[in-house]
Amino acid sequence: MRPASAWRLRAVSILSIAAWLVLWWLATDVMGWIDAIRFPDPRTFLESLRQISFGTYAGGDLLKHVATSSWLVVRGFLLAVAIGLALGLLISLSAFWRDVLSPIFNFLRPVPPLAWIPLALLWFGLGDNSKLFVMALAASIPLVINTTTGVAQIDRTLLAAARVNGARGWIWLWHVILPGAMPHIAIGLRLALQTSWTVIVAAELLGAIWGVGRVLTAAKDDVYPGMIVVGMVTVAVLGVASSLLLGWAEGRLMRWRAR
Amino acid sequence: MNRESSRPAARPKGARRGAMLAVDVPPRRWRGVLGIGAFIAIWYVAARYIGDTATLATPWAVLDRFVTMTYKPFAGSTLEGHLLASLGRFGAGFGLSVVVGIPLGLAMGWFRYLEAVVKPIFNVLRFIAPIAWVPFAVLWFGTGYGGPVLIIFAGAFPACVIGAYGGARLADARLLEAARMLGAKSLRILLSVILPSAVPSIVSALRVAAGNAWQSLVGAELIVASSGIAYIMVRGQMNRTIVIVLTGMLAIGLVGLLLDWLFGRFERFVQRRLGAAAV
Repeated sequence: MRPASAWRLRAVSILSIAAWLVLWWLATDVMGWIDAIRFPDPRTFLESLRQISFGTYAGGDLLKHVATSSWLVVRGFLLAVAIGLALGLLISLSAFWRDVLSPIFNFLRPVPPLAWIPLALLWFGLGDNSKLFVMALAASIPLVINTTTGVAQIDRTLLAAARVNGARGWIWLWHVILPGAMPHIAIGLRLALQTSWTVIVAAELLGAIWGVGRVLTAAKDDVYPGMIVVGMVTVAVLGVASSLLLGWAEGRLMRWRAR
Repeated sequence: MNRESSRPAARPKGARRGAMLAVDVPPRRWRGVLGIGAFIAIWYVAARYIGDTATLATPWAVLDRFVTMTYKPFAGSTLEGHLLASLGRFGAGFGLSVVVGIPLGLAMGWFRYLEAVVKPIFNVLRFIAPIAWVPFAVLWFGTGYGGPVLIIFAGAFPACVIGAYGGARLADARLLEAARMLGAKSLRILLSVILPSAVPSIVSALRVAAGNAWQSLVGAELIVASSGIAYIMVRGQMNRTIVIVLTGMLAIGLVGLLLDWLFGRFERFVQRRLGAAAV
């Protein structure tokens, strides 16, 4: 690659963020290249942020919306982890169940997560249950795939050594199989989390009382660009924060890998 | 040699027969038939037992509706018509993300200053779920064609950029040095050294991007469109007729599978050609 000193590149990186912000301000406010109805200027954005943080918008303040969506994601994600891990381990450890279940799994897998939403709405209505159903279903799929890949690539010599030393049942599962498959399971967890957020935003766009998606819908219906940006920033921040949290939890769970 | 020795040695008592993991056991076809048979049987019995058109329809009813919809219009068009509308949006959104994303990714992998300028904002935008672009998609481009295209673009774009960028970073440093020493200009190096070495990574990224684009298309059509294969499901849900929702899911799954298969074929084709060229 081209010779360029690291500190100089970092300086350019930091400056570029500032430059993008200035460009935003210039384009929307000072020069007026972009119409205020299409994209908000920084002041309107901050105004909207203040309105939803300290006042109410779409039936609640920002904390209420964030808490509603996050609590749904936490429940849906944990459900998906339980289902995905159990199914993935079953398929990896029992040839019988692998043979029986994998055609069904391969039949359902090509249906994208969001395509389950109309079905869920008919079965469970507009409440939390339909969202949990879609999350549990859609987010468990990457976990099943990555758990089976993870188990498949465990070193057979290690497995044989554990067997010879009498690892069976619970010990076999908890101390041999799970740690061995953990690197791949971690990838599955990350994908499952991402899927959960996508599903919850889409489901809330289609119908919700509170939630981040509800803020986006309300802002769209009100033609309120400032609030749209607030909603999008919230979605991004929640995604980043939850994946950082997951990374931290993984670090705690996989201490042996850290060093 | 007696006959006994050709048999496997007797196992110690209590040891499990065979491999320790399911992967090491060859599959048996009849179990798969059993599984899918049981799945369809349970589905059929449940549908007959419930007998409510809003909750479940039999597999045959779904297949029947699937065939009927190919010649009888529903929600303004036949199944092929909706499919065509969807594929048009898919092609536009996916094509746009390829045309913009891949050159951008390659350039980011080669020009360090461009990378420093674009990467921070790209990383911020990447974390916004494609579906969260719905309000701006509607506001900027309306609900017909442009809005969904923006959402599909938002779904496929990051994979394109990351694939091309990662591929460009894989370029052999010795080749780059040789090219530079021989006096090649930046653009020339980008086209004749960086691009070829990034091709495998780009082709894999295209498959991922196509999957993301298809997934975003479903979301976009559920929320903002008034035609297309996922819009069928919206209508089915509003009419409370599950058979239409299931037909839509079947069609979406089939087309998604077909797209993935095509891009997989393309990926293998390119890999083979490159493998042949390298020899």
